[in-house]
Amino acid sequence: MVGFNPDHGLFSYGLGALPPDWPGNYWLHWGLFVIIIIVFVLAMVMAFIYFERRGLGRLQVRLGPNRVGPFGILQPVADAIKILLKEDIVPAKGDKLVHWWAPVVAFAPALMIFAVIPFENGALLADLNIGILYIVAVSSVSVVGVFMAAWSCNNKFSLIGAMRTVAQIVSYEIPLGFSIIGVALIAGSLSMNEIVTSQNIPFILLQPLGFLIYFISACAEMNRTPFDLMEAESEIVDGYHIEYSGMKFAMFYLAEYVEALAISAIITTLFLSGWKGPLLPPFLWFLIKVVLIFFAIVWVRGTIPRIRVDQLMAFAWKCLLPLALINLFITGIEVIVLPQPLPWLIVFLNLAIMAILVLLWSKFFKLGGGRVEV
Amino acid sequence: MAIRTEPFVINVGPQHPSTHGVFRMRVTLDGEVIVDMEPVLGYLHRGIEKLAEGRTYTQNIPFTDRLDYLASMTNNLAYAMAVEKLAGIAVPERAEYLRVIMSELQRIASHLVGVGSFLNDCGAFMTPFLYMFREREKILDLFEMVCGQRLTYNYIRIGGVSYDIPEEFLPALDKFVREMPGFIDEYDQLLAENEILLARAKGVGILPKELAINTSASGPVLRASGVKWDIRKADPYSVYDRFEFDIPTGSTGDCYDRYRLRIQEMRQSVRIIKQAAEQLPQGEVLTRVPLRLRPPAGEAYGHIEGPKGELGFYLVSDNSVTPYRFHVRAPTLINLTALRDMMIGWKVADAVIIFGSIDICLGEVDR
Amino acid sequence: MRFERYGIGIAKGMALTFKHLFRKPITTQYPEERLTVSRRARGNELIWDKELCVACTACARACPHGCIEMVTSKGADDKRIVDKFQLDTGRCIFCGLCVEACPKECLFIGCGYEKATYRRQELVLGKEDLLLSDRKQPSGYARPKVEATLPEQTMLLNRKQYLDRVKKWLD
Repeated sequence: MVGFNPDHGLFSYGLGALPPDWPGNYWLHWGLFVIIIIVFVLAMVMAFIYFERRGLGRLQVRLGPNRVGPFGILQPVADAIKILLKEDIVPAKGDKLVHWWAPVVAFAPALMIFAVIPFENGALLADLNIGILYIVAVSSVSVVGVFMAAWSCNNKFSLIGAMRTVAQIVSYEIPLGFSIIGVALIAGSLSMNEIVTSQNIPFILLQPLGFLIYFISACAEMNRTPFDLMEAESEIVDGYHIEYSGMKFAMFYLAEYVEALAISAIITTLFLSGWKGPLLPPFLWFLIKVVLIFFAIVWVRGTIPRIRVDQLMAFAWKCLLPLALINLFITGIEVIVLPQPLPWLIVFLNLAIMAILVLLWSKFFKLGGGRVEV
Repeated sequence: MAIRTEPFVINVGPQHPSTHGVFRMRVTLDGEVIVDMEPVLGYLHRGIEKLAEGRTYTQNIPFTDRLDYLASMTNNLAYAMAVEKLAGIAVPERAEYLRVIMSELQRIASHLVGVGSFLNDCGAFMTPFLYMFREREKILDLFEMVCGQRLTYNYIRIGGVSYDIPEEFLPALDKFVREMPGFIDEYDQLLAENEILLARAKGVGILPKELAINTSASGPVLRASGVKWDIRKADPYSVYDRFEFDIPTGSTGDCYDRYRLRIQEMRQSVRIIKQAAEQLPQGEVLTRVPLRLRPPAGEAYGHIEGPKGELGFYLVSDNSVTPYRFHVRAPTLINLTALRDMMIGWKVADAVIIFGSIDICLGEVDR
Repeated sequence: MRFERYGIGIAKGMALTFKHLFRKPITTQYPEERLTVSRRARGNELIWDKELCVACTACARACPHGCIEMVTSKGADDKRIVDKFQLDTGRCIFCGLCVEACPKECLFIGCGYEKATYRRQELVLGKEDLLLSDRKQPSGYARPKVEATLPEQTMLLNRKQYLDRVKKWLD
């Protein structure tokens, strides 16, 4: 039944029934999905490392790696073997326990996000009905790992990097959260599976501003260009993971790519209607969309320079946060006021509002941060 | 309750991916703001000025190549001009035109590296750097065709140029000159109006006009601060007074102005090359000078507008086959005088950008 | 920062990078493909034609560093012969001043550039290593007759030539 139903959101056309829960047995479900997630994540991360290096190479009129294996496919394997064979150096005056725990604390939360990402209708490890909230909560824990890493290195450059990082990640969590709430309002629930099943038109059309804000905040959370201050190679020389080598460095490196994979998967689920698609099996659609988003991330990395830390903070607080709030407000009004909406009306309305807001904000938004009188 | 803070010193040390060589800056920071800066030089000192006193004038030419290794042709040219002034040697016309063509090609190549590294320091991960190196490869191929080497040419000699150009040089040069403005437009499309670059570089590291003149800055650093001073127009050497070209100047003297200025200078260089290639006369290219040249006793100062500023050679001769004193006026060393004043008050991230926009080459800073 | 251009600057840059995805990369797959060096290339070797040499030591006097060591003596029927001709390739800067100074045109600079060795002593080349031979290609630097016989250089400006490149001389 169409219409405003307080139990479901704007566009859930009465699915009513619970999603299928296969393969049935609780422990079998759990075991199967743990294996699927670990294999999927590790394989995709290797593929992403390869895509990124090849993609950056092609964007820069050169070939990427192409020596190891046909077309260089085995390059990540070669990287992994190289890293495993390296000596594990621990700084003499640093805190050894913190040094050991930091990679673990940085890597584990990224992996935990995959518990709630649906690969097909009902195919999740755990269909929590607070899916999105769980994701936001878990991904904030990795900041602690980064700061622990920088602290244990006993190095001034790392400390500068760490302070910047903590400030950056904490301030970009907020627009991230607000843009997610917009989606949750339209879908009517926080559970990831329900969000996908209620997307008859992808939410990127219904929430263009939300998508833009989420994309930018997610790039900032992952420390990718243009926000990669904490590993800015030309300024503070790799920031907090200067002193790491061997498998611990590999954990940080992998953590970055696992987070990139997680963000791509979340964007596909929230905004691009997850596994839905006409002809191919749902899993393949999911993969295609994830790879497309990752390509967009790599493309941005190859083109845009880095911004400075005070400009970054001003951008988060003065530009993204008000826009996210306004977006939320307008979405809330739409949900209440229009009980029987035509989808295309909402699309045009939102696009127009986004265009107006972006133009207005660009006109009047000014960053401070000039020269400080010493 | 006020939090007690104190400034701390870090070393943007000799080994750093973006100090363009081995250059050390001891920066005192208060939070992220720079309060003091002290440059430490000398890590690449090779004693060229002293070594040159033991070699004849012709044998010194390979040494001058290695001063500013990114712009060797202009180094050779300045030295050859100084010796010709000292010994009173005339240079044939065709040689003068060839010298102009080589200098301007070299200017484009050097600016490509300078701008590419500046954008790399801003964070654009090698993309503009690699695009610019593609054009630089084309220029180096042209140089290889003429004199055999790609970096240290040993081409411009005392009394002219060492060898005449082969026949396929002029068609290749023509092709290059036709394609280059298109590529410069591509660089503009990539990053000239990028908001992030504008935010990083506009208004940052301002060098006021009086300070620039008082610290004897020269080259793009001086012109970006609004002073219209270019040796090619103010004190024309070689045949530069026969070509028409503009001198771009900036208005504020910040990093963005210096970057735009270099791009515009590249366009003007293409213009000069086009005119020189059309007007190239026939004739010989070298006046023979003896291998062991003995100029009369005296002194001479030969200066040119190199890509990085005013490059000058001061030679004193005492009528023997080796110079008595050989001094290089290195433009980048003198441009660095104003570095401390440009940097104070800005943040750590800006330190690297300001330093990159001066476009130094350690070979001539330390000699 | 002001977004005065409403983000268009960033969009233009990204469109340009996207266009580059469809261009052919300009990388050379060394060591399978090598480019032809120019006819006047100054490589990393020196080639000496012993028959034409008259032992005038002009080359040793022209060198800025003094890398060439020549010991001559008067041989039979009053002609000067060369006893020792040694070049320290580790100190040589391959400027070509010695090649230009030779009056009999018996000294050539070679085209080869792959001259790495494992020990520093192997860089000092004596009389036998410097001889003209089939394995070394002399370049046309200061030698117009040799220059006319060499193949044309591969240049990035001529992309079609650039994409079809196999070098015969060096391997």
